[in-house]
Amino acid sequence: MHIMWFTERAYHHVPEEEVLKLRSFFGVPNRFFDASKGAALLNQYLDEKIYSDELGTFDGVMLNEHHGTPFCMGAVMDVEAAVLARCTRRVKIVLLGNPLPVAANPVRLAEELAMIDMISGGRLVPGWVRGAGSEQLANNANPAYNREYFEEAHDLVIATWTRPGPFRWEGKHFNFRFVNPWVLPLQKPHPPIWIPGLISPETVRWCAEHRYPYVALATMLEPTLDMWRLYTDRAAELGYQAGPENFGYLQPIFVHETDEKADEMGRKFLFGGGFSHFARPEWMFPPGYNSKAATRRLASLYANPNTPGLSFVSQDHTEDLEALRETIHAAYDGSKESLQMIAGSPRTVVAKLRKVLSVLRPGIFSFWLDGPAPARDRMTCLKLLGTEVIPQVREIGKQLGLVGPFERAPGSVSLGPSGRPEYVGSMEGLLA
Amino acid sequence: MADKEWTEEKVRVGGTELVIVKGGQGKPLLVLHGELGWPGWTSWMSSLAKERTLLTPIHPGFGKTAMADWIMSIRDLAGFYQRYVREQKLGPVDVIGHSLGGWIAAEMAAANSTQFNRMILVAPTGIRPPQGEIMDMFTVTARVYLTRGAHDPQKPDFAKLFGGEQTPEQYEAWEEARAETARLAWEPYMFNPSLPHLLEGIDGLPTLLLWGKQDAVVPLSAAEVYQRSIKGAKVVTIDNCGHYPGAEQPAEFLKHVRAFLG
Repeated sequence: MHIMWFTERAYHHVPEEEVLKLRSFFGVPNRFFDASKGAALLNQYLDEKIYSDELGTFDGVMLNEHHGTPFCMGAVMDVEAAVLARCTRRVKIVLLGNPLPVAANPVRLAEELAMIDMISGGRLVPGWVRGAGSEQLANNANPAYNREYFEEAHDLVIATWTRPGPFRWEGKHFNFRFVNPWVLPLQKPHPPIWIPGLISPETVRWCAEHRYPYVALATMLEPTLDMWRLYTDRAAELGYQAGPENFGYLQPIFVHETDEKADEMGRKFLFGGGFSHFARPEWMFPPGYNSKAATRRLASLYANPNTPGLSFVSQDHTEDLEALRETIHAAYDGSKESLQMIAGSPRTVVAKLRKVLSVLRPGIFSFWLDGPAPARDRMTCLKLLGTEVIPQVREIGKQLGLVGPFERAPGSVSLGPSGRPEYVGSMEGLLA
Repeated sequence: MADKEWTEEKVRVGGTELVIVKGGQGKPLLVLHGELGWPGWTSWMSSLAKERTLLTPIHPGFGKTAMADWIMSIRDLAGFYQRYVREQKLGPVDVIGHSLGGWIAAEMAAANSTQFNRMILVAPTGIRPPQGEIMDMFTVTARVYLTRGAHDPQKPDFAKLFGGEQTPEQYEAWEEARAETARLAWEPYMFNPSLPHLLEGIDGLPTLLLWGKQDAVVPLSAAEVYQRSIKGAKVVTIDNCGHYPGAEQPAEFLKHVRAFLG
């Protein structure tokens, strides 16, 4: 099992009212940004990563990238990855992921990642995303070509790493007359690639076709299992049996010495991390970003304001910010009940994690620690994760046979003689 | 309405089955719709159909006509429509284009002005306004874009077309139109720097530029550049009117259109 942790690198000093008024983190005017405060936070986040490496029990640290939002300052994730490549010794540096459609120059991206892989001694795990809708606006990347950019940039990065140069690339969207980079990844033929996602069936199938592990980003348990099934079915069509090594899961988890203290941290996550309430449709779904099928699903959501899940698109136009704040915070207990979020002492957390791991059976697991909790509480959380929670999670992983992608190559298990795949995970795991 | 005033027909243009909304009688008038698609058979179309045959092709990728992968710019689309006019032996034909449809007509005229008899550009995009900016439809929802673009969204025709509850069908149609407009006009946004230069080559095409005085989408300053570029082009503005003269001030709009088409 591969165990890592993740944090958005949030800028916590924006007045909450500004985000509430706008109903969005994206688009908050950057006059609210103070670079000296931002600098302190960026270094704090790097120090946390280095500390978790020193704890010796984490297998990896995970980074992501967003643009133009106080929600995440990691606008150029590869810079942070480069620092960690030199300042950590043990952990994998897992990038979930580089937004390929906004990389105007995929050859340069391939070079950046190759350098990170070399400096880290071959500890890089790159990953690719389409980028949120807002990323396309922030980078002027035409959202109508988002999936085409994604696929072509992916093919070009892989070619840059693996095809002997010099060669010429003439695609629909990218043209390079002389590809012959002098920096190439240490890991051969190229670093392992994982793909994070928020339940896009197109992406899940694409992952299965490339035998890339799919890491679900804190999605609800049942729809996540649906994605596992979709992946497993596509894998079976291609002749292989998907296993835990093909799946990963990210989950918000807050650990402290007592349940009460952990709850205090967790509650802050709703504002500082629970972004689903802060997503405006015009920035979530720029033109052509969604497939026609996804647009059709949304169209019916719009038609029925009582559809569950509609909070994903903020439809609440109330002027009363206090009431809005209360609505958001009231979601905390529900999130804990549905196991979308776990908070508590190590003992409490491990018991709930056993359920989640039994349901999803992922070979990759990432703790997600976020929200504007004081730095010392975040360090306490990391320490307890590293010293008390992870050893027990590993034990559970062994009992459940949760094989990670470094133990068994994803896509390496042939489909059984029946031709029918076995599915990974089941809601019955809740009884664990 | 007793009988439907229009029918749909399909015309093959290259590899595309182009859907044409056809209605009315008399000399043909080519109608090029804007960036959010064809909104339906409007009251001005109904009036004009008494004396003209209105041909409204649904642009590829805007719903009824399938997307054509190779069409990636307005100039590509203009080339496609030139082929349509030539193969259907429509030229020289009168043309009216609104907003993005006006830009298509201008590109067609710049390439070959002899295919047109008379050209009406209603608040066309296509030229970068020297003052102000073309309102960005891609940072707002379709509904907000429409509402902000109108001087008074409560005007009856406008409210009938775009007001009320948004239906799932309307949402899908708008999203499809937005996606295709993004393919065509994402960057530079809604203009082509070479267009004014090419328009200067047009000789003897009677052109009317019709603009709402309070247009918040395409600033009036763009009309001056259009007028400077197309020899003899006439600018007419309509007061108390935003970006949608046909829906906001249908009587005034029709008066100018009729006077110009003769």
